[in-house]
Amino acid sequence: MKNTVFFGTLATGALLAGIAAAGTLDDVKARGVLNCGVHTGLTGFGAPDANGDYQGFDVDICKAVAAAIFGDQSKVKYVPTTGETRFTALASGEVDLLVRTSTWTYSRDTDLKFDWAGVNYYDGQGFMVRKDLGVSSAKELDGATICIQTGTTTELNLADYFKSNNIKYTPVTVADDADAQRQFLAGACDAYTTDASGLAASRATLPKPDDYVILPEIISKEPLGPLVRHGDNNWGDIVRWTFYALLAAEEKGITKANIEEVASSTTDPEVRRILGIEGDEGKMMGLDNNWAKNAIAANGNYGEIFEANIGSATPIKLARGLNALWTQGGLQYSPPFR
Amino acid sequence: MQFTRTEMLPPQPPPVSQSGAVKWVRENLFSGPLNTILTLLSILVVYYLLNLSLPWLLHGVWNASSLTECRTIIAANFGPDAGGGCWAMIHARWYQWIFGFYPPEVYWRPILNFGLLFVAMAPILFSDNLRGSVKLVGTVAVLTIIALTLAQGPWWVFALCSALMLASVAVALLAPRYLLVATVLYPFATVWLLWGGSIWGPVTAMLGFVVLVLVYRPLSPRLGVVMATSLAVVAAAIWWGVLDSYVAAALEQVVSLSIQPVESDKFGGFLLAFLIGVSSISISLPIGILLALGRQSDMFLIKTLSVAFIEFVRGVPLITMLFTASLLLQYFLPPQVQFDLILRVIILVTLFSAAYNAEVIRGGLAALPKGQYEAADALGMDYWQAQRLIIMPQALKVSIPGIVSTFIGLFKDTTLVSFVGLQDPLRGITTIVRADINWKGIYWEPYIFVGVIFFAACYGMSRYSLYLERKLHTDHR
Repeated sequence: MKNTVFFGTLATGALLAGIAAAGTLDDVKARGVLNCGVHTGLTGFGAPDANGDYQGFDVDICKAVAAAIFGDQSKVKYVPTTGETRFTALASGEVDLLVRTSTWTYSRDTDLKFDWAGVNYYDGQGFMVRKDLGVSSAKELDGATICIQTGTTTELNLADYFKSNNIKYTPVTVADDADAQRQFLAGACDAYTTDASGLAASRATLPKPDDYVILPEIISKEPLGPLVRHGDNNWGDIVRWTFYALLAAEEKGITKANIEEVASSTTDPEVRRILGIEGDEGKMMGLDNNWAKNAIAANGNYGEIFEANIGSATPIKLARGLNALWTQGGLQYSPPFR
Repeated sequence: MQFTRTEMLPPQPPPVSQSGAVKWVRENLFSGPLNTILTLLSILVVYYLLNLSLPWLLHGVWNASSLTECRTIIAANFGPDAGGGCWAMIHARWYQWIFGFYPPEVYWRPILNFGLLFVAMAPILFSDNLRGSVKLVGTVAVLTIIALTLAQGPWWVFALCSALMLASVAVALLAPRYLLVATVLYPFATVWLLWGGSIWGPVTAMLGFVVLVLVYRPLSPRLGVVMATSLAVVAAAIWWGVLDSYVAAALEQVVSLSIQPVESDKFGGFLLAFLIGVSSISISLPIGILLALGRQSDMFLIKTLSVAFIEFVRGVPLITMLFTASLLLQYFLPPQVQFDLILRVIILVTLFSAAYNAEVIRGGLAALPKGQYEAADALGMDYWQAQRLIIMPQALKVSIPGIVSTFIGLFKDTTLVSFVGLQDPLRGITTIVRADINWKGIYWEPYIFVGVIFFAACYGMSRYSLYLERKLHTDHR
C-alpha cells in the first residue's frame, strides 16, 4: 500500500515535471532569466573573470540565446557544472541549456535523451611534444610515455589509435589539465594528449612555448555544441537557429558594429528576414521578430565571438581550421533562413 | 696532622658532555648506533626537502599581472633556470578567494558577519572565563574594524558596524552574560546579512521558535514532555509553513527594512567554506546529541529511527550525499521550485556530521557508570533534567576529542562541494583562476595558500579542544 502511494507520488512528480518542461520558453520567460549550464572554468570557453563575470566562447552562446529571447544578453543565470553534474543538471531541468564543451555522441543523443542544437566548435584530440624529441608525427610515438586524464573519452581514443597503428605507449594518468601541464613540464611524460583547443591553450602558457610542438594528427572527432533536453522541440529550435543566425551573420558580413547600418540599407531578402525587417520568422518560434538581430548585436557574429575569445588575437591563438565557414573551407554551415 | 676544610668548595659546573645542548643531543639523537643512523638519515631527508622547497619559496613573486610576468621576474632576479612561487596570483584574485563573486560594494556584510561569529561564540567557548572572552571579542573587534576600513561602503555603514563591534566589547567586559543574546540572534542575523532582502523574513522565522516555546511551556506540565514537544513542533511548523510568509510580507509593507539581496550563486571561496562549515558544525552537535539519546532510548520507534538514520548516513559516502543534494532532490521537485543549492548542501552535510557525532557522543554515554543514571533518578530528576545536569556534562567531556575530530573533518570536507559546482576555495576558485589565460599553468601556489588557511582554522579548533579538556579535567586532582 505504502509503496503504491510512493510510486504514485513519483509518477505524479514526473508527470508534473514533464508538463512543466513542455514549455521551456514559457518557463524561461516567466522566470525572466535563462538558466545556462557552463563550465566551472575552461580557458577561453567559459570561466568567470576577475570581476566574476562569465566570459568565453561557450558563454557567448548563452548570451546570444538570452538576447534572442529577452533582447538583453545579461538575463542569464550561469550554473557552473562539472563533468559529473552537467548532464543531470540538464535532464533534471536545473538548466535550460547546456553549453559546456560537450561532445555530441550517439549514446548521449539517444540514451541520455539530449538534442545537440549545433556544433559551435569542431574539436579533436591531438598530441603535444617537446621539440627536442624530434617527433613530427604521432605515429612515431612508439614506446612513448603519454600524459592523459583518466575517465574521459580521450583515454579510449588514445588506446584505439595506438592499437590500430600497432604501436605501444605507457600512459601517465593525471587528474586535470593543470596537473597534466605540470607533469609534462617536469618531463614525466613525452607527450600530452587532450583536445586540440586545450593543447593550444596549454602550450600558450608554458614557459617557452616555442620549445613545444602540437603534432598534426587529430585522432578523434569531438563536435562540441550547445544541447537541450528531449521533449521540447521548439526550445531546441530556438537554440539551434540562434546559433545559425550567428553563422549566417558572419556569412552575410553582419557584424556587431555594422548591424544597424546593414538593417537600414540592406536589400538582400535573406538578411532582411534574419534581421526581422521582413517576414515573421521570430513569431514562428514564439519570439520577437528582431530575435536574431538582438542575438547578433549582443557579441557579434560567430567569427567575432571566435576571434574575441579563442582566435588569433587572443593568447590562445586557435586557427579557424574546421571552424571556418563552409565558404572558406571549413565545416560551419547554416541552413537558409527562409 | 689533621686538616679540616672550614668553608665549602664552590660547586663545579658539570662536565661539558653531561650538560646543556651536548647532553641533550647525545641522549636524544646519538644514544646508540641505530639512533645515530636514524638521526643522520633524518638530517639528510630534511636537508633534501629544504633544498627542494626553500629556493622555490624564497624566489616567490608577489607583484605581477600574469604567470609569464612572474617567470620573467624570477628569471631576471635569480637566473634562467630558477624556479619560484607566483604568489601574485593570490594578490590578483584575493577577493575571489575570500568572497567568491559576492558583490564588492557589500563586502562589509560578510566581514561584519564573520566578526559577529566570534562575538556569538565567545560566551559559549569561554563560558566561565571572562578574560578569555574579552580577549577574543576585543581582538576580533579590532580586526573587523581594520577589515571594514579596507572594504568599500558608505561611511555610516562603517560607523554603524564599528559601533556594533565596540558595543560587543563593552558587553563582554561589563555584562558578559548578555553576550548570549548575540549568540541566539546570530543565526538569523547571518541569514539577513549574507543573503540580504527584508529583515522581516529572519525575524518572523525567529518568532517560530517563540511560538514553539509558548506552546510547550503551558502544555508540558499537563500533557507530559513528549506530547507537549510534538504539539509545539506542529504549532511552529504551521507558523513557518503557512503564516510566516504572510506576516513577513505584511510587516515589510508597514516598515520596509531591506538591504540589497545577494543570490546564493554569488557565494564562494572561504566565505562559502566557513558558511557551510560553521552552520553544519553548530547545528550537527545538538542533532547528534538527540540522535545519541534516541539510540539509547527505551522507546522502540525512536530507537529504531535513530539507529536506522545513523547507520544509513554513516554507511553512505559524503560525496553521494552531495550529489543527492545537488541532483536527486531536483528530480523530485518541480522545475519551478528552485530550492537553494547552498541550503541543500548545508542540510545534508549537517545530517552527515550529526550521524558521526551521535556515535561519538554515544561512546561518551557508554563511558558513564550506571550509578550516575541511578543517582539522577534517586534525586527525583526527570529525564531532561538528568541529561542536562548529570549525564551530558560528563558524557560530552569524555567525547570532546572525538567531537572536535568530527568537526575538523567536516570543515575540511566542505571543499568537496566543488563536485556539485559550488565555488569552494580549493577546487572551485582554483579552477576559475587557472581558467584565466594569465594564470593558467599555475599549480602548487593555490593549494599551498588554501592549505595554510585551512590549517590555521583546524589548528585553532584543535588548540581550543585541548584548552577545554584541561579546563574540564576536574575529576582526578
